[in-house]
Amino acid sequence: MNKIDWAAFPDARGHFGPYGGRFVSETLMGALDELQQVYERYIGDPEFMAELDHDLKQFVGRPNPLYHAERLSRELGGAQIYLKREDLNHTGAHKVNNTIGQALLAKKLGKKRIIAETGAGQHGVATATVAARLGLECVIYMGEEDTRRQSQNVYRMRLLGAEVVGVKSGTRTLKDALNEAMRDWVTNVDDTFYIIGTVAGPHPYPAMVRDFQAVIGREAREQHLAMTGKLPDTLVACVGGGSNAIGLFHPFLGDESVAMIGVEAGGDGVETGRHSAPLCAGQPGVLHGNRTYLMEDENGQIIGTHSVSAGLDYPGVGPEHAWLKDIGRVDYVSVTDDQALAGFHRLTRTEGIIPALETSHAIAHVLDLAPEMRPDQSIIINLSGRGDKDLNTVAEREGITL
Amino acid sequence: MSRIEQRFAELREQNRAALIPYVTAGDPEPGATVPLMHALVEAGADLIELGVPFSDPMADGPVIQKACERALRFGTGLRDVLAMVAEFRKSDTTTPVVLMGYLNPVERMGYDAFAETAQAAGLDGLLTVDLPPEESEDVVGLLEQSGIDPIFLIAPTTSETRIDHVARAARGFVYYVSLKGVTGSQSLDVSALSARLDGLRRHTGLPLGVGFGIRDAETAAQVARVADAVVVGSAIVRLAEEHDGDGDGFARAAAAVVREMRSAMDAARSPGAPATV
Repeated sequence: MNKIDWAAFPDARGHFGPYGGRFVSETLMGALDELQQVYERYIGDPEFMAELDHDLKQFVGRPNPLYHAERLSRELGGAQIYLKREDLNHTGAHKVNNTIGQALLAKKLGKKRIIAETGAGQHGVATATVAARLGLECVIYMGEEDTRRQSQNVYRMRLLGAEVVGVKSGTRTLKDALNEAMRDWVTNVDDTFYIIGTVAGPHPYPAMVRDFQAVIGREAREQHLAMTGKLPDTLVACVGGGSNAIGLFHPFLGDESVAMIGVEAGGDGVETGRHSAPLCAGQPGVLHGNRTYLMEDENGQIIGTHSVSAGLDYPGVGPEHAWLKDIGRVDYVSVTDDQALAGFHRLTRTEGIIPALETSHAIAHVLDLAPEMRPDQSIIINLSGRGDKDLNTVAEREGITL
Repeated sequence: MSRIEQRFAELREQNRAALIPYVTAGDPEPGATVPLMHALVEAGADLIELGVPFSDPMADGPVIQKACERALRFGTGLRDVLAMVAEFRKSDTTTPVVLMGYLNPVERMGYDAFAETAQAAGLDGLLTVDLPPEESEDVVGLLEQSGIDPIFLIAPTTSETRIDHVARAARGFVYYVSLKGVTGSQSLDVSALSARLDGLRRHTGLPLGVGFGIRDAETAAQVARVADAVVVGSAIVRLAEEHDGDGDGFARAAAAVVREMRSAMDAARSPGAPATV
């Protein structure tokens, strides 16, 4: 591979090769210009970054550990497995790294009202949390199907003072929540800040969310070097929209010896068509403000997705992942619902850590990968979230009534 | 001269504003669309905006979302919509037809294939709401070669510098989105609109159409006094919901609304009418 200047992507108009860009209705173009200006101004501003770092330390609890999963490593008999413990953040997932950052920008812009979409509810909770802390009005859009699957998170958001709107259009999942949030934003664009939860959407969101999440990879790189004296051999993270994965991967992109694997949700199996794996089985198209890989039919209609984890149940993926796939820097694979459940149980019983079902996809892949590697090699898994929110789903699937 | 230019030239001559009804192709069922288009022309439509059904119509309110869902029950796709345009053209060679929709179906069909098929079908313009001029350079070139006008939107939030940019890329007419919101929203402020259109005329010589939020004949008449074209979508499409499964009934009801708007708009432009609102 030729030397790539990773910092040069996206370009000034938000393109990662043919992907990304800004495909929205005219009404939003001004707001996106304004957001881009404020983001570019503050992301390099020492005072802003100090404020962000302070919040990440005092409110989120960063840095979180890079934990050597010795028992799991020993059992699998291959590579040493390290877990980047994003599950230990306040609110229980990586999502808060981004909502803290965007909420600070909202404050700079003087916006009084925050909106967000959510799938599993983790981004909704992380958004409602920062809105409560800053005293901002907060409306969360969530597919009606997901409000049922994740009723505890709905209650959590309401406790935090957010209005949760169940979206009844389309497939009633994350993509429809995003549509509805866009409709809200276009109507209330003057006073409203839209906190997108993943590295997708129109420019500057994919770059901005990546920059807020890259703290994961920066910490992990430093921690791994301190613990082992070398870089890890492989990074593994689950990919829905792809924010936890890009957050871990991005600071390592220039380290050519480090392999990276994004794990998509294979649902019932990619061959069945019932899955959420656009990078493995989709094709490029335009949705939700960016060009990227999508799951669509022959008429370009977006098709229904399936995954046991609400957070991965999305027909698109961040445009930087689409580009990293095409240029071959990152490999993308998928694991099925059943494999993810096996990963969930394995980590819980072996290391005493209950992972989110999203994260369990990354674990499931490592169960196969680690034994193929040598004990002097290492893998970092981004443990993107904790599994408390998924207990009902797991119990229900296994015929247990709580 | 393109069909769109020709039509606006005739209307200017007659001191009339264009009436542009929007209907979603394939709603309430695929066979209903071409007869509906003819019925709209018969009732006084000057140009037809035909919506391409999309699974995720982010810029649309509930009325057009439901229209897309009804059309998608029958799997109406972009190729089917272009076939409807071709069928319409067999007996109407003068009324311009503009497709309105989202980019992904065009992207999936392929820009070359789209331009070629659309030209053969007799399509006159394409408005993709999620394709701003910044992302459209390649597409615009292809469309122009095929004699299809790229129609762009200007919004209340569009800055002065962007207006120039959009106006340079636009052909046919400029579509001014009259309010911040989705299609079918309420309350259009006609006096603010008038001032805004005056401002736009300093940037472009193209006809100015106004859409979003025109709910009844009275509003259509007020807008017709200040704009070159009035686009009416949700106020017509909501009738399809009442006539689900009854294409003829929908066409009759839609034609009645168009007729009422037509006469109110023409009266508003007649010599005896007050010049301003």
